[in-house]
Amino acid sequence: MHFEYRVQGGDFVRAGQASSQVKKILKQLNVSPGIIKRVVVALYEGEVNIVAHAFQGKIYVDIETNKIRVVLDDVGPGIPDIEMAMRPGFSTASPIVREMGFGAGMGLPNIKANTDKMKISSVVGVGTRLEFEVALKE
Amino acid sequence: MKIGELAGLVNGNVVSCHDKLDRDIEYAFASDLMSDVLTVRADKLLMITGLANMQAVRTAEMADIQAILFVRNKTVSEDMIRLAEDNGIVLIESPYTMFRASGLLYSNGVKPVY
Repeated sequence: MHFEYRVQGGDFVRAGQASSQVKKILKQLNVSPGIIKRVVVALYEGEVNIVAHAFQGKIYVDIETNKIRVVLDDVGPGIPDIEMAMRPGFSTASPIVREMGFGAGMGLPNIKANTDKMKISSVVGVGTRLEFEVALKE
Repeated sequence: MKIGELAGLVNGNVVSCHDKLDRDIEYAFASDLMSDVLTVRADKLLMITGLANMQAVRTAEMADIQAILFVRNKTVSEDMIRLAEDNGIVLIESPYTMFRASGLLYSNGVKPVY
């Protein structure tokens, strides 16, 4: 199964709608609550990252029998130093993002902690791609 | 502790999912930082926060949090109530500070996560 969602940069009211849809789909597929939580926490952090840092983005979700694969592709400023961005506590988030309860430099490490495979690639001035996979069976 | 009992302890006003007040809460986590809340793995969890916006409710949705206690007279919006109702999350408004609400719940047996 393949699903796609558009994400608008700066739109904190709608941030989380894609993650919410994916959560409902995984529930319908009877995936265990523990695995659903890992997937949607990682996805939500990624979705908030697009809203917080990029102009716009797309989320591609592929659900297979044994795993879910998610790609978050954004058009935005990109990440100059990915190693630095992965460091817990490092953030370039604006005060507005911080007021929304994010931007503490915990998102990427938390995505890593909740997924089985994770990869980030980025081109400064173009955008960032975050990919992750989670096995759907324990 | 039942959500209804917990709401009474903090002089709380329940604004969504009044039919779910007999749900059991075992743990609580107090934070205004949603990224921090999203790292918590515990079940039967209450979020205590001063952050009254849509992202607090979204965070609860993603992290399977049963109820949110908003402290210091933070007002919950209609949009937040709608989202909470859709996802079965109990929202409670309390006039108490985060410190007082946490202290009361802790001393009445609600457990910390860490």
